[in-house]
Amino acid sequence: MNLPRIVITGVGLTAPNGNSLPEFRKCLLEGVAGIGWLDVRYMGKLLAGVCHFDALRHQKKKEVRVGTRAGSISIWCAHEAIADSGLLFETFPKDRVGIYIGCTEHGNVETENEIYAISKFNYDTKYWSHYHNPRTVANNPAGEASLNLGITGPAYTIGAACAAGNLGLIHASQMLRLGEVDLAVCGGVSESIHTFGIFAGFKSQGALATHDVPAKASRPFDRARNGIVVSEGGCLYTLERLDDAKARGARIYGEIAGYGVNSDASDYVLPNPVRQAECIRKSLQNAGLAPSAIHIVNTHATATTLGDIQECEAIRAVFGEGCPDTYINNTKSFIGHCMGAAGALELAGNLPSFDDLVVHPTINVDDLDPACALPGLVLNAPAKAGRVDTILNNSFGMLGINSTLIVKRFVA
Amino acid sequence: MTNEECKKAVLDIIADIAPDEDLSNVKPDVRLRDQLQLDSMDFLDIVMELRKRHGIEVPEADYMRLASLDSCAEYLTPKFNALAAKS
Repeated sequence: MNLPRIVITGVGLTAPNGNSLPEFRKCLLEGVAGIGWLDVRYMGKLLAGVCHFDALRHQKKKEVRVGTRAGSISIWCAHEAIADSGLLFETFPKDRVGIYIGCTEHGNVETENEIYAISKFNYDTKYWSHYHNPRTVANNPAGEASLNLGITGPAYTIGAACAAGNLGLIHASQMLRLGEVDLAVCGGVSESIHTFGIFAGFKSQGALATHDVPAKASRPFDRARNGIVVSEGGCLYTLERLDDAKARGARIYGEIAGYGVNSDASDYVLPNPVRQAECIRKSLQNAGLAPSAIHIVNTHATATTLGDIQECEAIRAVFGEGCPDTYINNTKSFIGHCMGAAGALELAGNLPSFDDLVVHPTINVDDLDPACALPGLVLNAPAKAGRVDTILNNSFGMLGINSTLIVKRFVA
Repeated sequence: MTNEECKKAVLDIIADIAPDEDLSNVKPDVRLRDQLQLDSMDFLDIVMELRKRHGIEVPEADYMRLASLDSCAEYLTPKFNALAAKS
């Protein structure tokens, strides 16, 4: 089957350590983490990654008040991506634009807020906000972006736990190839830090990171890792068919080379390295690439003891010892776990490697867990690579959803 | 409470629910929707805030009474004063 080639032409993001790709990349190369303390309802001060973008750059005050944090993140990222793409958006047919946004979950923030609000009125539900339903529908983050930007094409979210960011790009590629839209705004967002529930849930699970020094808290592969740092964030891309991008002379960040998506079908929360390896292999097969042709593997590893080891097991099963040109890194060590945004953000952090041939490191590895000692792991300082033509991005999520996306250097 | 104080209370609510609006020249005898960017959800917000902040209930059948500042004052001032008399 001769499918249209899909390329990335714009990036808009907000991360706990940057509100644009250049800012974000600079932090990744200079070892600057973005973790701090956040006062969480009922729980007190906890480690979290907080974003500091200016929502009022693209929204009216009323939109911010009526809408959701996830909506604001989506709107920010969508505007920034479209601006970055250089498209003449004012005249672009808005019914030919699709918005596909991956989410880990949505609505918990607003529901918790409403319950807290009515607790001040003896739980009388007549004080429950009439905005609750539009705020909590699963399509809210995409819907708010469509309202703000006047996009009348399909706009919806894709629920895929922490694999969702990759799924946003994968689904968008499929829709572009089907000719459903001519421009896709896609990726993932998360506002999870504004709910106590996600922190409490991970804490009850024994999977919430603690550390005296926030910047050292997220430490995948380190023997002293003790769990996840929850973060918010977003990253949306503009994707186009290559012919369209070339016709308008667009700058091309990279080309979608292939992807794999599968399910563990084995546990609610525990990962399954056999299925993860299958997912990675599916992506390689889809891209028509051998493992040795992959130059950067960006891991999903969240700094849980078991999860990191199991992903390393999956990577070892696919890449073995015979891939001397393959570097492996992790972005969560800088920004924590941005949940539905993770896959999209972590890919973005690596895209500049096509130009500078530098692989950003995994920081906070003071004592490498031998079970995570993969060949090619880039620890604590950037590595200069001989060549970077391919990036393989892993993102896995609860209920066993796995996604692997491969992006390659664009060659005409 | 005077009618003017009542109008001020309503404007304070509108300032929060429509923070982009300039409220310095709101004409009291003109419908709020004709001079401000307010939709039906915003009017539900006014009703909700009257309930939350002041304990005043506005039944759905009376929503039309909130059309302008003058009609708000005419309708709400007696309610404010009745509540004040109770407390």
